[in-house]
Amino acid sequence: MSTAVAVSHSTEDDWKQPSRGMVGMACLIAAESAIFIIFVIAYIFYTGKSLTGPTPREVLDLPIFSTVCLLSSSITVHFAVHQLRAGKIGQCSAWLAGTVLLGGIFIASTAKEWYELIYHHGLTIRTNLFGTTFYSLVGLHASHVIAGLIMLSLALIFSLQGKVNAHHAERLEVLSVYWHFVDAVWVVVFTVVYVLGR
Amino acid sequence: MATHTPRRHGGVFDVLQEWITTVDHKKIGLMYIGYALIFLVVAGAEALLMRVQLAVPNNHFVSPQTFNRLFTMHGTTMVFFVGMPILFGFGNYLIPLMIGARDMAFPRLNAFSFWISAFGGFLLYFSYLAGSGLYGAGTAPDVGWFAYAPLTSRVFSPGHSTDYWTLSVLLSGVGSIGTALNIVATALTMRCPGMKLSRMPLLVWLYVVTSCIAFIAVSPLTAAQIMLVIDRYLGGHFFDTQAGGSAVLWMHFFWIFGHPEVYILVLPAFAFANEIIPVFSRKAIFGYPAMVAATVAIGFISMGVWAHHMFTVGLGPEANAFFTFSTMVIAVPTGIKIFNWLATMWGGSIRFATPMIFSIGFLFQFLIAGLTGVMLAASPFDWQLGNSYFVVAHFHYVLVGAILFMIFAAFYFWYPKITGRMMSETLGKWHFWLFVIGFHMTFDFMHVPGLLGMPRRIYTYEADRGWGGWNMIVSIGAIFQTAATLIFVYNLIRSYYKGEEAGPDPWDAWTLEWSTSSPPPSYNFAEIPTVHSRRPLWDLKHPDDPDTNYE
Repeated sequence: MSTAVAVSHSTEDDWKQPSRGMVGMACLIAAESAIFIIFVIAYIFYTGKSLTGPTPREVLDLPIFSTVCLLSSSITVHFAVHQLRAGKIGQCSAWLAGTVLLGGIFIASTAKEWYELIYHHGLTIRTNLFGTTFYSLVGLHASHVIAGLIMLSLALIFSLQGKVNAHHAERLEVLSVYWHFVDAVWVVVFTVVYVLGR
Repeated sequence: MATHTPRRHGGVFDVLQEWITTVDHKKIGLMYIGYALIFLVVAGAEALLMRVQLAVPNNHFVSPQTFNRLFTMHGTTMVFFVGMPILFGFGNYLIPLMIGARDMAFPRLNAFSFWISAFGGFLLYFSYLAGSGLYGAGTAPDVGWFAYAPLTSRVFSPGHSTDYWTLSVLLSGVGSIGTALNIVATALTMRCPGMKLSRMPLLVWLYVVTSCIAFIAVSPLTAAQIMLVIDRYLGGHFFDTQAGGSAVLWMHFFWIFGHPEVYILVLPAFAFANEIIPVFSRKAIFGYPAMVAATVAIGFISMGVWAHHMFTVGLGPEANAFFTFSTMVIAVPTGIKIFNWLATMWGGSIRFATPMIFSIGFLFQFLIAGLTGVMLAASPFDWQLGNSYFVVAHFHYVLVGAILFMIFAAFYFWYPKITGRMMSETLGKWHFWLFVIGFHMTFDFMHVPGLLGMPRRIYTYEADRGWGGWNMIVSIGAIFQTAATLIFVYNLIRSYYKGEEAGPDPWDAWTLEWSTSSPPPSYNFAEIPTVHSRRPLWDLKHPDDPDTNYE
């Protein structure tokens, strides 16, 4: 037992394991989902419990247009990955640009909504329980959108510079999974905040 | 930790730079273990101060304010900056070696997770210097480790001490999620050829389940800490009862983390037992699939038991019945594990080396800890003893009697692999026996003042309560445990220089980490191995009778 024991080293060609990036992203999504669930539970728990106004019914409008934009961006990012896998870099850049644009519209309309809530309706995070839970939940989601937009913009810049090729398709796919997750969370937030909570 | 570097040239700064910038899973694992050991000594010293204060009635050794800080810092440190990092440290070190990989799946994320957790710990203790801030309102956090609302609100906790607590726990949570993610990705995507999931060492399996619990349990704590920061800094009302907020909601959020956290800590201890008990019983583990299934079952059930920490709040009969039931059910998969370990030992030729005697201590003590757990799971019983020293004795029985004993066993078992030298068996036996005596004096007798009505977290008590004698015994036990721990630390240092040469496989074990040299080279394996069974080294040593015939 004085020397290192040798273990056989014959390689098995059919040895396949899942992709590292995908497993990592799946784990991240699991952890992030738990964070969002807690904020959603807090929102539902405090619905209608505010001691003072304004109430959601008084100040919230359905953000239909921005929702359509954000959900469409899931489709555009999917096509971006698809084109990159086929080696069509120009097409990929175009779809990425579309995704960044749609995500940007979403964030801009959230900003506009918040501006009106704060300056026209006087609702801030310290006004009442609705303000506290609304800005935290929607803000948590918006911060995820911003993080996604930064990463997508980087991917777009790299692809415009011609530094991206078909070998990077898997990485872009991992990013697209994150983006789909952000969209899926919005479906939940939209339902809870703008439909059920109103 | 710098002494572990086998560098022949370069000064202190080179060594320092090598460790600070490293992304090697073994070095990161050792840094985790080293920093956890430092905090173990610090938080142990805090426990000792509390035991001095409580040894006799009407004592004035520390002030009530200091006592509140001591139990808050002791609990927070032990859970977030001793338990989590030491277990993640062993996981980091062992998992790639056990699955025949050269590193973790995401080495840089690994370094990030370590450093952010480490800075979380430093931030917590920095509060002693900076916590009073401009307010002069107390230094270290004093809100208890579960920091119930509304005590944490600005009104009741002015100054910055609570902010230090919140932020350090938040950082530790981010680091834990990063490492957990890394462990799952490593185990699922980095296994060497032939190592199917059904051949993966049980240690790795248990770490995967632990990590999955971490995703679902640690994140709610992170969310709750974000809410607390919003309340304290932005004027939010999540836990502000004046504005309609709910203090009970914080309890739910905290214990949705807090109870699975116990399983995050105990599953790695089970993982060590799964590797150590078979090797020293000279038998393959009994019931490998049952062990995996029981672990996954524990993972699932652990998500549905949190409110047994809240029976005394008054949850109503339905919730009480549900959480009593789910808490008792978790004893079933845990019992399966205990029977499997006993069946592994049954008929084996047991070697009573130090790792094994610590494991046997673990088996008995964990059983007793589980039994008091079933007692406390019954909500009417809990109404009597909730927040008493009986509860404190119960969970310390788990944390010390089970988890710490298995951590000690893991040190004695893997130290030869990590350093290339054996730890002293004589000192190990002294360590074990002194610690067993001290442990049982402290935590067996701690149940009694609890039954007599002594609440936790009081800084002193009157002489006519009849608690004095019991508390004296408890405190004397703490001295034994301190002495034993000092012997352990001395053994760690002494063996590094004077220990017997270990060679690659001193215990005649069967998993892949023992196939490479001790300490392993930075690339772990010169060639990536291929395995054909759960015990690749057994196959190699017994080509006439390989495990593949039986699996």
